Amino acid sequence: MSISLIAAPAVSLRSRRLSSSVVLGYAAAAVVVTAALFAVTPLGGRVDFAMVAALAVIATIVVVSWRVEGRRRATNRLVTLGAALSFLLAMLPLVAVLGYTLSRGIKRLSPNFLTHSMAGVGPLDSGGGVYHSILGTVEQVGIASLVSVPLGLLVAIYITEYGRGRLAFSIRFFIDVMTGIPSIVAGLFIFAFWVLVLHRGFSGFAAALSLAILMLPVVVRSTEEMIRLVPNGLREASYALGIPRWRTIVSVVLPTALTGITTGIMLAVARVTGETAPLLLTASGNDFIHVNPFSGQQSALPLFVFQQTQSAFDVAIDRAWAGALTLILIVIALYVAARLLTRRNTLVRR
Amino acid sequence: MAKRIETIGLSCFYGSTRAVDDVSLVIEPKTVTALIGPSGCGKSTVLRTLNRLHEVVPGARIEGRVLLDDLDIYAETVDPVAVRRTIGMVFQRPNPFPTMSIYDNVAAGLKLNGMRRKGELDAAVERSLRAANLWTEVKDRLSKPGAGLSGGQQQRLCIARAIAVEPEVLLMDEPCSALDPISTLAIEDLMAEIKDSYTIVIVTHNMQQAARVSDTTAFFTLRGPGEPGHLVEVDTTTKIFTNPTQKRTEDYITGRFG
Repeated sequence: MSISLIAAPAVSLRSRRLSSSVVLGYAAAAVVVTAALFAVTPLGGRVDFAMVAALAVIATIVVVSWRVEGRRRATNRLVTLGAALSFLLAMLPLVAVLGYTLSRGIKRLSPNFLTHSMAGVGPLDSGGGVYHSILGTVEQVGIASLVSVPLGLLVAIYITEYGRGRLAFSIRFFIDVMTGIPSIVAGLFIFAFWVLVLHRGFSGFAAALSLAILMLPVVVRSTEEMIRLVPNGLREASYALGIPRWRTIVSVVLPTALTGITTGIMLAVARVTGETAPLLLTASGNDFIHVNPFSGQQSALPLFVFQQTQSAFDVAIDRAWAGALTLILIVIALYVAARLLTRRNTLVRR
Repeated sequence: MAKRIETIGLSCFYGSTRAVDDVSLVIEPKTVTALIGPSGCGKSTVLRTLNRLHEVVPGARIEGRVLLDDLDIYAETVDPVAVRRTIGMVFQRPNPFPTMSIYDNVAAGLKLNGMRRKGELDAAVERSLRAANLWTEVKDRLSKPGAGLSGGQQQRLCIARAIAVEPEVLLMDEPCSALDPISTLAIEDLMAEIKDSYTIVIVTHNMQQAARVSDTTAFFTLRGPGEPGHLVEVDTTTKIFTNPTQKRTEDYITGRFG
């Protein structure tokens, strides 16, 4: 056998590439051309300009890339730019909501605003604050969490670790159905059942019950997903040590899934903290500080915001923005606190 | 310490699928027994029936009997959790508990079964880590996460975790298949050291390993895809690797798989 050396066809492994400065140059040129277009034609408007400029930049870069670098790289650039643009579009509402609330709410947000209620504040007075609403929100969301988090965890553990067959299937089905309950319906149910039929009247506790109905399915579904992510090998390792199943769940499965479970619970808390509709029918609002959640009308931050926006006066509108900002800050603070707590816990303790 | 295991007419099922058919096998105490055979022949399944881990899979069940000394571990009155406390297991992929420190991993079997006295736990952890040849490498970082160790160290940590509860039998399911040759050697040395105190059963795809570490070798195979696996031959390792009785064993160990 002789080895024949046949000259391979000259396939070049090199190819021309656009340097990033050239790409930036073309992008800048596309923006300039768009600007010129807006200057001489009847086109106008900042939003329109941004949209046309973005499309012009993408089109220019892709066409130039195709000519110089070939089809594959041009496709890559098109998809990369498309993904980046989609990201910016998706971030836009979030940044806009946060930024606008911040700019409108900051001027009324003060220590005084956070420590005073609306007691004795007339329709044209600029004073008053959200203390009574923060108190109500904390109590209502706290009670709702106390009800729905343990229940939700146990349901999730049942359907992932124990449940087989029809019962687990139907529980999962009804949890899915519960996820779709509109919040006003949860409020109406508690209003009809608790407030009217049982004659318990409006209270923070009634509000907490309606919020718990909304939290439960979110807690169950997110916990279920997180528990399913725990590798089976860990359970088997634990069983093989002669550790009983309940102990395996408590000491191995749940700690492993803890970070994800906490995130899920925090998302559920964040969701119900901003609920307004069920509170209208259950807590019903109050201008005064009302500590006892078990009887009597109570305020809450979303209710406060809603009620202030019903006023025609600027002082009330400003209070509404400041209240909305307070609400956002509380949710962010809770989320950050929960993440910090679980991060410390998943790192090892001895 | 160290008990004898005997399976009598053991068949394993996953749902209605028969995975292993009619295995009768004696495993002597204080020896290393290797289970070898092609993929899918049921050696891991047989291993998992020995500590009743097979039945953890939904729909899995067995027929036949498994004796630990004279006790049928599948008898009605036997608690599977107690069986697993007596028979430790090391898995193919190192699986230390990710939320626990090195110390807690080793102590897990004792702690989670209710042992609280710190002095005894400390002693058990040190003894197990020394037995697993890991003590000198980790003694200064016992409170660091077990998942931060290298693959070979993690596997030795899992061995330490398994022997910390002082089992009578140690089952090893391809313990070295995810490890490099140096870590493999460390674990093989370890097996040679501890076999005086335990009955060791190891599943391996590596025939050199079976020849190196085991006293007895059992060869499993299957007739074809979808057929149940069965035991072909069991004998001393020397006999199996030099002069097997069955043609199929010889074909397999010489690489002419048939």
